[in-house]
Amino acid sequence: MRRLALNRYHRAAPLVLLFVLLAGITIAASIARSETATATEVTAHDVEEGQKLFAANCATCHGMNAQGQDGVAPSLIGVGAASVDFQVGTGRMPMQSSGPQAMAKTVQFNAEQIRQLSAYVASLAPGPAIPAPEAVDGSKGDPAQGMNLFRTNCAMCHGSIGGGGALTQGKYAPALWETTPTHIYEAMLTGPQSMPVFNDANLTPEDKRDIIAFLEEQRGTAPGGMSLGSIGPVAEGLWAWLIGMGIIVGFTVWIGVRSS
Amino acid sequence: MSIENAPHGNETVEEEFTDPGLPQDHRPRRADVDPKAAKRAERQVAALFGISVLGTVLAIWAWATIDVGADNIAGTQRSTLFIGLGLTFAMLGIGTGAIHWAKTLMRDHEMVEERHDMRSSDEARAGAMENLKEGAKDSGVGVGRRGLLKGSLITALAIAPLSVLVPAIGNMGGDWNISKFRHTMWREGTRLAKDPDGTPIKASDVTIGSVFHVIPEGLNELEHHKIEEKAKAVVLLVRLDPRDIKHVPGRESWSFDGIVAYSKICTHVGCPVALYEQQTHHLLCPCHQSTFDVSDGAKVVFGPAKRPLPQLPIAVDDEGYIVAQSDFHEPVGPSFWERVK
Repeated sequence: MRRLALNRYHRAAPLVLLFVLLAGITIAASIARSETATATEVTAHDVEEGQKLFAANCATCHGMNAQGQDGVAPSLIGVGAASVDFQVGTGRMPMQSSGPQAMAKTVQFNAEQIRQLSAYVASLAPGPAIPAPEAVDGSKGDPAQGMNLFRTNCAMCHGSIGGGGALTQGKYAPALWETTPTHIYEAMLTGPQSMPVFNDANLTPEDKRDIIAFLEEQRGTAPGGMSLGSIGPVAEGLWAWLIGMGIIVGFTVWIGVRSS
Repeated sequence: MSIENAPHGNETVEEEFTDPGLPQDHRPRRADVDPKAAKRAERQVAALFGISVLGTVLAIWAWATIDVGADNIAGTQRSTLFIGLGLTFAMLGIGTGAIHWAKTLMRDHEMVEERHDMRSSDEARAGAMENLKEGAKDSGVGVGRRGLLKGSLITALAIAPLSVLVPAIGNMGGDWNISKFRHTMWREGTRLAKDPDGTPIKASDVTIGSVFHVIPEGLNELEHHKIEEKAKAVVLLVRLDPRDIKHVPGRESWSFDGIVAYSKICTHVGCPVALYEQQTHHLLCPCHQSTFDVSDGAKVVFGPAKRPLPQLPIAVDDEGYIVAQSDFHEPVGPSFWERVK
């Protein structure tokens, strides 16, 4: 202390000052970040805008109060923000034409509008919410465990590595290679169209993240080379019969033809 | 035996159809008349053999230089591709070269190869009969002697195939215990648990539209025959809106507030039926497209299956877990001979 008093300030003072400064910046930044986080929270304005969008784009089929119409469209009361984010965010809704199932197509709304629509539908009744980013972060999941769960619960329709497959009467389970992790999570949570619901008691949030991790592992290079869509023996058989047999027949004809 | 360009005539054949003979307008190939064409064909054959050599080099080069391993999937893929292409060209070059050689440069004469008579000569036939008769005479067969030898030989011949047949047939059905087809692990009070980790399922966990893939609790702890027991006992648990369910008479108490459990083993040939469509309540078998209506006693609505899926009667215990009321009331899976129904 005497030395400190003598030198007016300690030799370590600049370091201490730097540390205090950094800590201050960190705290300020985290406060600012939590402020932006609250800014993405739903406001009454969002609900209001969402209601307008809904009335203009969805109410024809789902009804002005989202109560649904028998034989036309289901009630959306209680389906939650996750369902809206999935259906609208993958372009399945609004539906362009009725068919065996609503297909993913070009998304009709921007992120802001999807958020407002979700906010409106979520305001009608409690329902599954849009998952947080860390809940769908495959890098935090266990792909091996995800494979076990996927093979038991998903592979019968979506194929063993998520290549998709056929269902009855024109319906099908889509391939999962292009689907965003958030949409995969929301599909499990809400069970869109033919797909059953996998609630958090059936597949816990960790299980869902493991499944996302497994699916993300399938998106790299296929070790076996050309995978022909990974849809199973039909594609492979077609290839073998048409191309393989074609080549054999071609050679047979060449062997049999007299030289000119 | 071959006769070149020789017309051949056979009285019996001519009666049945006219022998077209050999084509008279023999057209020489380009390589036969034009030495340049012959030279070109020779070069083509040599080039094909050359491709084979290059293919061999490519395969060896790919094997020797391309890095493979679990952490190098692209390298493994490239290695497989180039070794395969190398082998293809190595074999294909030899094959196509040899055929091209034969087609363009080897002798081009029509040849006739006469088929020899099927019947042996009279001398050979008489000799064979003589040998047979002498053999019979030596052994004493047919003359009433050596009864002991004949009897023991016939017995030995008749019994010998059993040494193969008894073990083969014996191994076919294992222990021939048909009753194990009729029963599964499910007992009164066995909890329904999630496949694969074995966590018991509460009725409140099963929300409408949910589907659970179910094993009996305790299956994962089995020491022996775990796979066999699983193959018989797997169940699909679904919750429907209770208003959608058409109850099969006598089974009203087998479900719980819209929760129903059906065997996952197809009654056609035993594939796991698991493609559940939530909106139509149809359950599709991936093997032969048998479709079952879960809302109507899992009756067959399409496909080759002949019987509905067996239903597992369920109830809820004091702690809220779903339990089995009993085993299935009929054998699960495809038909077998001794099945009653």
